[in-house]
Amino acid sequence: MITIVELGCANTASVLFALERLGVEARLSSDAEEIAAATKVVLPGVGAAGFAMSRIHELGLFALLRNLKSPILGVCLGQQLLFDSSQEGDVECLGLIPGRVTRMEGSKDLVVPHMGWNQLQVTLDDPLTAGVSNGDYAYFVHSFACPVNDFTLATATYGAPFAAMVRKGQVWGCQFHPERSSVAGARILENFVKL
Amino acid sequence: MLARRIIPCLDVKDGQVVKGVQFIGHEVLGDAVNMALRYRDEGADELVLYDITASSEGRTVDYNWVRDIARALDIPFCVAGGIRSAEQAVKCLNSGADKVSINSPALERPDLINELADMAGSQCVVVGIDSREMDNDYYVHQYSGDPDKIRQAGRRTLDWVVEARDRGAGEIVLNCMNQDGVRKGYDLKQLRLVRDLLDIPLVASGGAGSPEHFVDVFDQADVSGALAASVFHKKIIHIPDLKRDLRQAGIAVRQ
Repeated sequence: MITIVELGCANTASVLFALERLGVEARLSSDAEEIAAATKVVLPGVGAAGFAMSRIHELGLFALLRNLKSPILGVCLGQQLLFDSSQEGDVECLGLIPGRVTRMEGSKDLVVPHMGWNQLQVTLDDPLTAGVSNGDYAYFVHSFACPVNDFTLATATYGAPFAAMVRKGQVWGCQFHPERSSVAGARILENFVKL
Repeated sequence: MLARRIIPCLDVKDGQVVKGVQFIGHEVLGDAVNMALRYRDEGADELVLYDITASSEGRTVDYNWVRDIARALDIPFCVAGGIRSAEQAVKCLNSGADKVSINSPALERPDLINELADMAGSQCVVVGIDSREMDNDYYVHQYSGDPDKIRQAGRRTLDWVVEARDRGAGEIVLNCMNQDGVRKGYDLKQLRLVRDLLDIPLVASGGAGSPEHFVDVFDQADVSGALAASVFHKKIIHIPDLKRDLRQAGIAVRQ
């Protein structure tokens, strides 16, 4: 079964509801055995990287998430946690994708958080981006951003380009909220379900 | 490019969407879940659901109703109304809301903004401000959901927006009360003054009556989003037509 990791700081219900809308059965869990047995894992996230990583350690999920063989999808903060480290709280993350997550520098002309609908630019063909076109809108809410590198599937631009979707092996991530991104978001979740 | 947001606001009382002129004399417009779905279908970018009586009645939002909305919607929504603690806000977020908006309780106890930002992150924390022009300045009001309890909060709007931002607000919704419900256009002067003080998103509220008012508020006040209620509820403005007009005026909106 698809298992959504519950860290106690994340908006897990909306991901669960989005899967329900696709007719997919999923469960919330913070139990290591259940997560290890999952066919696929979603790592959602709202909140701060430091708090989320300390929850991952407290729940004994660090090594498990790093070594999962089943597909994993990090959403929003969940994507940021896949990287080596984050400037937010200067914390070591899961180290599944190389790079450091950095603060988006706000100004009067570039308000932060980056909040709202922004356009995707698909940079690599991938099963997760099937049916997603350049210029499709997705819903973003974040103040820290992931670097563009060889593992970037799609970018978005706010001041500078950042990684909107990533993949390395069986690890995927979306900086935006697919569960709140209307048609394109539902397509991406459906693609993940079908992997 | 980041799109400007069109945000229908559903003022909810007992599960029904209501609208009053200048907050007084509420009129029932329809069921909240059905109206939320209608706006999703029409292309609304986000919804705000205000439980307008929760704060003045001293109770908090009904989380089951939040779950019903979260189950149905695939666009973001913000919940407001009587959220008095970070724990209540987190419950709301865990029920599927994307953001919570606090207004009167933040005025009673400003530390609530810090607590909420620390617990859930600034991106979830919206501070709603009801502001009225008086004596060539702008003043914050509270308990505006109830005509009998509404009162001045004893704060200048231009001070309060900066304090709210410094305490960790991720977005400000400024409701300009002089304009509310009368459809004469947003308060561009006040919004511009507030916008110039902020480096977080500002959402305009109060006064929308025509598509031109939306063009003006994005062009002249440079707000991230524009909120409106009666013009959408009463079908005076149809969102697809509004977005076409905004696009023609060169404003980035989601297709």
